[in-house]
Amino acid sequence: MSTAGIIFANLHDSNLPELTRQRSMGSVPFLCRYRFIDFALSNMVNADISSIGILAHYNYYSLMDHIGSGKNWDLARRSGGIQILPPNVSAYAETPATYYNTRLEALKYNIFNIERIQDDLILMCQCDCVANFDFGELLSEHESSGADITIVTKKVHLTTQESRNHVIFDSNSDGKITDIHVKPNDITGYKDVSLNVIVISKKLLVTLIHDAISHNFTSFYRDIISRNLTSKNIKLFRWDGYYADILNFEDYFRTSMDLISNEENRNAVFGIRNRPVLTKVRNSPPTVYGDNCKVSNSLIADGCIIEGKVENSILFRGVKIGRNACIKNSILFQGAQIGEHVSLNCVVSDKNTTIRDRSVLSGNESLPYYISKGRMI
Amino acid sequence: MYTKKECVAMLLAGGRGSRLYKLTDKIAKPAVPFGGKYRIIDFTLSNCINSGIDTVGVLTQYQPMVLNEYIGTGEPWDLDRSVGGARVLPPYQGTTSDWYKGTANAIYQNLNFIARYDPEYVLILSGDHIYKMDYSKMLDYHKERNADCTIAVIDVPIEQASRFGIMNTYDDGRIYEFEEKPPNPKSTHASMGIYIFSKDKLFKYLTEDEEDPESSKDFGKNVIPKMLNNGETMFAYPFSGYWKDVGTLESLWEANMDLLGDNPEFYLNDRRWRIYFRNYALPPHYIGCEAEVKNSIITEGCNIHGCVINSVLSNGVVVEPGAVVKDSIIMANTCIKKGAEINYSIIDTEVVVGENCRIGAPRADNVKITLVGSELEIDPGVTIEPGSMINAADLASLKNKNN
Repeated sequence: MSTAGIIFANLHDSNLPELTRQRSMGSVPFLCRYRFIDFALSNMVNADISSIGILAHYNYYSLMDHIGSGKNWDLARRSGGIQILPPNVSAYAETPATYYNTRLEALKYNIFNIERIQDDLILMCQCDCVANFDFGELLSEHESSGADITIVTKKVHLTTQESRNHVIFDSNSDGKITDIHVKPNDITGYKDVSLNVIVISKKLLVTLIHDAISHNFTSFYRDIISRNLTSKNIKLFRWDGYYADILNFEDYFRTSMDLISNEENRNAVFGIRNRPVLTKVRNSPPTVYGDNCKVSNSLIADGCIIEGKVENSILFRGVKIGRNACIKNSILFQGAQIGEHVSLNCVVSDKNTTIRDRSVLSGNESLPYYISKGRMI
Repeated sequence: MYTKKECVAMLLAGGRGSRLYKLTDKIAKPAVPFGGKYRIIDFTLSNCINSGIDTVGVLTQYQPMVLNEYIGTGEPWDLDRSVGGARVLPPYQGTTSDWYKGTANAIYQNLNFIARYDPEYVLILSGDHIYKMDYSKMLDYHKERNADCTIAVIDVPIEQASRFGIMNTYDDGRIYEFEEKPPNPKSTHASMGIYIFSKDKLFKYLTEDEEDPESSKDFGKNVIPKMLNNGETMFAYPFSGYWKDVGTLESLWEANMDLLGDNPEFYLNDRRWRIYFRNYALPPHYIGCEAEVKNSIITEGCNIHGCVINSVLSNGVVVEPGAVVKDSIIMANTCIKKGAEINYSIIDTEVVVGENCRIGAPRADNVKITLVGSELEIDPGVTIEPGSMINAADLASLKNKNN
């Protein structure tokens, strides 16, 4: 069966207010050269899904810039390929306030695009996670199990606090979902939490969306999944590979730092030979290391010029580190210009920041210091 | 369909580059990797697009597979065009065609390609130099002087002049004499192998040259001297700036090293004259806790845990803990195992250097460069003497000798 992909590029933007001021969740830069949407896109492309729609709600300029024609994912196709689906703003439409916010509202809004899909199955996912999923295995499991809907979950240990951020499932021994708890208040222990990756037949999805429109439903989990638990065969697919949720800015920082030091996790995302993480390729020259630099335990993109000291840090493209500067536990986005004798610790600097000679800035591991786009310090 | 272009470039990329020895066993010289991310041909192709020339015929012949794949549609250089763009031109069968027998013959066999675009001017290039040059300025120079042929020249030290083809010119730049490798050079204007011809003259002289059984079908040896003898208007276009023929292992090594340092001799990070190249999305490179990196170039996909000094590393290179790489060029996806030591060497792609191997010797005046060919697996503890050039056969005989 052929499969089309739907990616939600703006869901949960508000989790990362610092980084999504001028961009969508999908285009938040991550780990030297990637954007979050690269994981979703690559996972789909690596499972031979070649017809992908990206539902973008707002702030999607950087997303469009990143995706371009889709050629970096081999998705610049005459048939299928990639399509960015922004809201349809018309001179005669009602006010923008009626735009969608949730997953289901986005699907309702785009029902005409979904009805046009030619494929049998639809795989839906979002952009606020880091994982190299085997979607091929997921799709064949969905087909062989005869499920109407398959939802990917991960078994994790939850505290009461954490359970409020998740959708949690109960299931029987066959993997059939028997109950659903959407952001519950009081569930603890090892539970199956939703990774928001959903496989469903196109036909069923269209029926469910029309049903949602006529009933004015707004939540995919509360209104669709929970109402159909008995009438439909909804199964879970438990993922036991690496998965990092980005629920807030601290998660973003912690996940980045973990991927520097933890080679096993890094290889679980980037080291799978037949499932490479694809991204936009640029034209940066290689990185130049100076005579007096000292670099350890760091991930570094191309196009950097490094003359100072860099430790436990992530440097994006075209970052320049001046002499005798000392960068520790920091994440410097594209184009940061760091002067001489600068000292940074636990800093996340957005694109194109300039930090002048002898500045000293420090955050804390649980509260990294954020410097906004284009700032000069 | 309207296909006219003012100027078409023809890039001669069919040569082997035999003085690069085992580096060009499996690939043509223009496809030899350079500077961590590039191949030699990138410089010429980027010069073309940066000079506004969007139609480039690339003539391939020797070991063309990697080169053809690399050029592909020409997309990395913005040379994927509906009309024109980069076009690979291999030798072909036909009533009057054959293998390319010389630079002039190669162009002659593709006059039909040039004719499709009905250009006023034809730019002849070779894909084996590292330089940044604005061909449009040379074309302006050619047009202003109403020349039949313009040849780019660069000043070389007089003591080296006898290694080059030397253009002797009047004060206004007009060429009156061409001497190939003269023992007593009269000037220091060395030909860079870059020619602009007015189309009609090029067609005329290539057709005549083809009919001449005595001719060796070479621009430098036959076509240029003949045009001079016939009194055609020929000018030397003076170029100044970085220009390096990377035809030998030493010059290839030097050109790579010219990228290093605070003020590199050759600057790659030039926003106004970008060098484009084909690349793939590899993860960022990782520098480990015990690594030491000084005065080097490192690129995507590398994993560095050892010591890298004064070296240029291509993508996907692994340097394990305790390994030392010094004054060397390591090409893509090569792995240097624990404790190995590499000095003043060029290691080709996909090589595994076993634990505690010794390759080459520290750089000194009388030490020659060492070359290890591609896709070799060198057993742990093996020593490769400085100045040697190793391919699979050499490695097998080295093994037998040690046993």
